Amino acid sequence: MASSPPRIRRYAPWTPYAFMAPFLLIFLTFVGFPAVMGLWISLHDWDYMLEAKPFVGFDNYLVLFDSSSAAFEMFWNGMRATGIFTVASVPFLVAIPLALAVLLNRRFKGRTFFRAVFFMPYVLGVAVVGLLFRFILDPNIGIVNGLTGWSIPWITAQPWAWISLVAMTVWWTLGFNTVIYIAGLQDIPTELYDAAKVDGASAWQQFRHVTLPGMRMVMIFVVTITVLASANMFGQADLVTNGGPGDSTRTALMVFLDEGLGAFRMGSAAAMSYLLAVVLGLVSIINVLAMRERRRPKWRS
Amino acid sequence: MNATHPPLNTLSRRRFLTATGMIGAGAVLSACGGGSNAPGAQPESGGGGASGYDGPDVELAFWNGFTGGDGPVMQKLVDTFNAEHPNITVKMTVMEWADYYAKIPSAVSSGNGPDVGIMHLDSVPTNAARNVIVPLDDVADALGLQKSDFAEIVWDAGVYEGQRFGIPLDVHPLGFFYNKTVMESAGLDPENPPMDHDSYMAALEQLKSAGIEGHWMSPHPFTGGQTLQSLIWQFGGQLFSDDGTEATWHEEPGVKALTWMVDAIKTGYSPTDVGQDADAIALQNGKTAFNWNGIWHINTLKEVPNLDWGVAPLPNIGGEQAAWAGSHNFVLPKQRTPDENRLTAARVFINWVSQQSLAWAEGGQVPARNSVRESAEFEALPEQSTLAEQVDYLRFLPPIPGIDDAFADFDQALNEAVLLTKEPAQALSDAAERANKKLEENRKKYGE
Repeated sequence: MASSPPRIRRYAPWTPYAFMAPFLLIFLTFVGFPAVMGLWISLHDWDYMLEAKPFVGFDNYLVLFDSSSAAFEMFWNGMRATGIFTVASVPFLVAIPLALAVLLNRRFKGRTFFRAVFFMPYVLGVAVVGLLFRFILDPNIGIVNGLTGWSIPWITAQPWAWISLVAMTVWWTLGFNTVIYIAGLQDIPTELYDAAKVDGASAWQQFRHVTLPGMRMVMIFVVTITVLASANMFGQADLVTNGGPGDSTRTALMVFLDEGLGAFRMGSAAAMSYLLAVVLGLVSIINVLAMRERRRPKWRS
Repeated sequence: MNATHPPLNTLSRRRFLTATGMIGAGAVLSACGGGSNAPGAQPESGGGGASGYDGPDVELAFWNGFTGGDGPVMQKLVDTFNAEHPNITVKMTVMEWADYYAKIPSAVSSGNGPDVGIMHLDSVPTNAARNVIVPLDDVADALGLQKSDFAEIVWDAGVYEGQRFGIPLDVHPLGFFYNKTVMESAGLDPENPPMDHDSYMAALEQLKSAGIEGHWMSPHPFTGGQTLQSLIWQFGGQLFSDDGTEATWHEEPGVKALTWMVDAIKTGYSPTDVGQDADAIALQNGKTAFNWNGIWHINTLKEVPNLDWGVAPLPNIGGEQAAWAGSHNFVLPKQRTPDENRLTAARVFINWVSQQSLAWAEGGQVPARNSVRESAEFEALPEQSTLAEQVDYLRFLPPIPGIDDAFADFDQALNEAVLLTKEPAQALSDAAERANKKLEENRKKYGE
């Protein structure tokens, strides 16, 4: 632009706030208030149907670190299950969609069709996917063992139960990350690839030195959102393995639900949720710190 | 399919996901609606429903979890009731039991609770203690209901702290289903299923030599949990001490019962790694001969074409006759602003349906009322009346609020042992230890 126009104030000071008000209202009602309320609940022995909701201070948190309490084993087994699932599923959910996105970003016949095919499972509800896989993977009457003649206990023994849950989750949700990656790939200027080719870069070198750096911000987003989604895993384990074998796939969220809305110990359930939230917050911060750009101090233009 | 399943542990068991799959609904947290909160504080009205209702037109909300074949049967009853009572319109809302039990307390506390509900017997004390439902001694009085009208154990179980909170509608026991074609193919007499330990083991052995795994042992609450409970009682044990303060399933009878199940797998009478519902499906597909399943399974099997099957009371494996059962009960959810007319009409409705429990039996249940159960009409339902023979030795849990919470641990022990990851005795005692802590916390919470 040649010269910047003179500054004219076209809005009242409160205009931005007026625009934000609707969102703020929704945010306060459904996030802000429940979050504060949850903190309050976690300091009490809380059952909303009972008159007595005695204040217990930090007891609900402290018992989670006391190995003789009823909640201890349940909570940490749930956290462990969630941790295992997250560690096992995130690498696949980050890498496979990236490979798919690179493929689907090339020009070839039927590209739109394949993009739709890979995205399609994502629109299915967890109940549909869960029920489907419970019968596909049933060790005795399931179609996988039936057709192959194997007798693999897909959903009733470890490590198979985790393998099944991770595999079905990857199949189910990879479309989402793929779409994000494709959008990111389309943002990388073709000039960079042209320049790389002129410099004699191989396909792998182009991927390594043009695609990956160009996708950094997208990667941060995808990894963060995938870690959070995996840590919130609930439906798959609930429907396919029902937390079994034993309680090995009973994830943190299943534990919280049973504690809060099954046994109605809402104070304890709220405390557990806050502890998980703190852990996830830390993981997200570490994730962003680890992946941000180091070499160039300035923000990429 | 199995919508009538009773919830033995509050969520995970109710969460039993037959063919539908569901996720427990979140409940809205809201403060309690004031007023007295001692259990049972609500005025009685209308002579308990016996004297009818002649007030202005009212509409009653009736919630339940009859999502299976039992739903249409109940809807038919409701339609008939509405036709016979021009000034009362009952609107029935059906939802998954898990959603139902999560939703009803929040609906009650926000003043939107239904006028009439159904609850499983083992949920009644918890909901009574949590002020979700109100006593209905007056309905029992008005109906002229007495202990002698019902199977004693069902009747007694509806009482919490001296007040009656549930009017029994039915009992739904576990039964012994068998595939006659499979039995025949192994050379067994399909008209004479084995009914005691020795003949049962002999039959399983004979099936095994014919290449059939005769009784699939489920590691899941349905049907493994119900099987294990029945067996523990058969071996002379109890799940809980009489006062409900301690789990006792890890004592000798429990270990024997679970070991029997695990040995069946090790001996080759059952495959390992049986999935949810796989045992029931295997019976339908002719892959196994025996399946211990709930009475609601009758209607499922009737719909399978060309299946030659039979049902009998549970075989006596442990030495004492016993069988697991659940029971549906009418309850009156608490109203924030009680309306005299609706309270009366609700009682009229309960009174009326309770007298129609034969019609309900066709939905695959055993009527709770002795008079109906012993009637010629009920005898004419062969499968149901066969399972009704067990009514004298059915068992229920002690009426302790929150006792269901302990069942998650029981189910876990079953799962670990039947999937061969833990020895039965170890699995049961680990589970008992965890459950006892929960029971102790509940005693504190519910102020005992």
